[in-house]
Amino acid sequence: MATLQIKQVVKRFDDTEVLKGIDLEVNDREFVVFVGPSGCGKSTLLRIIAGLESATTGDLLIDGERINEVGPADRGLAMVFQSYALYPHMTVEDNMGFSLRLAGVGKQARREKVLEAARILQLEPLLDRKPKALSGGQRQRVAIGRAIVRNPSIFLFDEPLSNLDAALRVQMRIELARLHEELDATMIYVTHDQIEAMTMADKIVVLQGGEVEQVGSPMELYHHPCNRFVAGFIGSPKMNFLPVTAQAVSTSGVRVALPGGGTSEVAVNGEGAQAGDALELGIRPEHLLLDDQGPLSGQIKVIERLGGQTSLYVEMDDGIITITADGDVTYRVNEQVNFGFEPSRAHLFDGQGLALASLQRHPLSGLVRQDSRERVENSRERPEGGA
Amino acid sequence: MRTRTSGRTVGGLRSLSLQAPAVTLLLIWMLIPLGMTLWFSFQRYNLLMPGMEQFAGLENYRYLLSDPALWRAMGNTLVLVGSVLAISVIGGTLLAVLYQQDFFGRGVARVLAISPFFIMPTVSALVWQNMMMHPVNGVLAWFLGLFGLPAIDWFSSFPLLSIIIIVAWQWLPFALLILLTAMQSLDEDQVEAARMDGAGPVAVFFFITLPHLKRAISVVIMIQMIFLLTIFAEIYVTTSGGPGLATTNLAYLIYIRALLEFDVGGASAGGVIAIILANIVAIFLIRMVAKNLED
Repeated sequence: MATLQIKQVVKRFDDTEVLKGIDLEVNDREFVVFVGPSGCGKSTLLRIIAGLESATTGDLLIDGERINEVGPADRGLAMVFQSYALYPHMTVEDNMGFSLRLAGVGKQARREKVLEAARILQLEPLLDRKPKALSGGQRQRVAIGRAIVRNPSIFLFDEPLSNLDAALRVQMRIELARLHEELDATMIYVTHDQIEAMTMADKIVVLQGGEVEQVGSPMELYHHPCNRFVAGFIGSPKMNFLPVTAQAVSTSGVRVALPGGGTSEVAVNGEGAQAGDALELGIRPEHLLLDDQGPLSGQIKVIERLGGQTSLYVEMDDGIITITADGDVTYRVNEQVNFGFEPSRAHLFDGQGLALASLQRHPLSGLVRQDSRERVENSRERPEGGA
Repeated sequence: MRTRTSGRTVGGLRSLSLQAPAVTLLLIWMLIPLGMTLWFSFQRYNLLMPGMEQFAGLENYRYLLSDPALWRAMGNTLVLVGSVLAISVIGGTLLAVLYQQDFFGRGVARVLAISPFFIMPTVSALVWQNMMMHPVNGVLAWFLGLFGLPAIDWFSSFPLLSIIIIVAWQWLPFALLILLTAMQSLDEDQVEAARMDGAGPVAVFFFITLPHLKRAISVVIMIQMIFLLTIFAEIYVTTSGGPGLATTNLAYLIYIRALLEFDVGGASAGGVIAIILANIVAIFLIRMVAKNLED
């Protein structure tokens, strides 16, 4: 049970600034995911939290205490590595009990703790095996087990699922979410996969080029991305961007001229924008509607049928647009299609790529996952319960 | 295993015919010298009395086995091999850990540390004899003199130790080379995971580094053992096996028999005993190493 504060953390390797002043707060029992493209500094930030790297400047605080000078073992954290980093010459049991052995815990007590962790992860039948005799998913579970045995205040995960195949990744994702419930612990998770971020996080931190782009709940990031980068990064398939020109700015929104002649009023705060400004319209593939009267049109270049849904790649003058349509649409390649969109679903970005704020908040955007809200309430009640 | 055996029965004849040249060459290469050594070891054969060869039965062996020189030489061989192995493996491991650290001039330092291995045994023996251990001109004598200590005549006071130092100086770089390469394949994540688990530098060394190096260490032991059993040049150049028999190992004893005493029969018997000794060592050693390499 712990909170973590990161204040103005800067990391420099020689002349390159990898982290450019990160400010972040992680609340108790929160599942926080750092997400971003490779090289964005997310792993470095995690390693600084772990104590494997030191911050060039800035402070790290766990439960309000500065831990910059505390060694990695004494911070009360446990880390799960991408490569699992199991000790190859030790059995699963020894791997999991290694930290306790170093701490001088007796053999009996050690075994009890290892068995408890093994029970949570269903690793009991594997305790006598060496890592070499395990499958990728089993190794991953042992690595997590090794972290659980330490009973850390914060779990750190460094892209733990990227070495697994797709099916196993989905399974482990569910397992990690379940584990978060069961252990009731603070977790920080690094990934480049936005689906992992969306499915597991209470709070997502989007990083790019060593800076925090946006922090928020998954739905907030999806419905109200604060800039073009976050809009493009969150959501799959990627958001489409169309160059548009502002025609009129009013209190009810900004009217824009679409490529191909139509216009549309997007309900955003138009402060600072003027008629004639070049803007970008962002619209997600799943919010584009196939419609013969639609203001936009193009030629279908590729069709990907997934059964339940179909992805249409439509060529317009300004590039390829992705449309997610129903699985049963009967379009064919090279066909001309018209499509439109619900203006309330669209986003507008100015010349710097910053989003114009929506006038209406999406009802789900403030949602912290139900269960984690319950957890916070539970924890408030706990002191009276004497726990 | 199954594919191998079935391959042997199905295409047995064909594969045998293809293997035959190599196998035959190898057999000739090994069996003829071995056979000749065995044959000579049962002969009374002295180069001082040419044409007087005759069958001697086990006479050569009886003579050799009752000669205290043989047991002395065997003891010296084992002490020499054991000490050099211990020095080079322990020293090599520690140096490998040291040279794995990042410091200024590491590349140059690594090359320098490994370079003794490229010096010919005779040359390094001469360098040690005349420039390092010489009681008058030697660096060691000068160094002791700095503290007002008397010079040591290494080759007469500590003859076997001197040989061990020279040979270890040559072979430690080999161990270093192999172990340093092995160190580089150590997964950095494992070390970091151990650090997060609370392991200090010493614990990391014993729990992570050393188990990782186990395989490389067995390879070093095996290869060095083969070469150390036959150390000759260093002894020949410096002490000639002396004083007395203090630095005579099995190889040198055979040399004395064959080329100083011209007793080819006795030397061949010594050779056979050396083969037996090497095989006894090899059986235990290769078992151990092979087991190590397997897991």
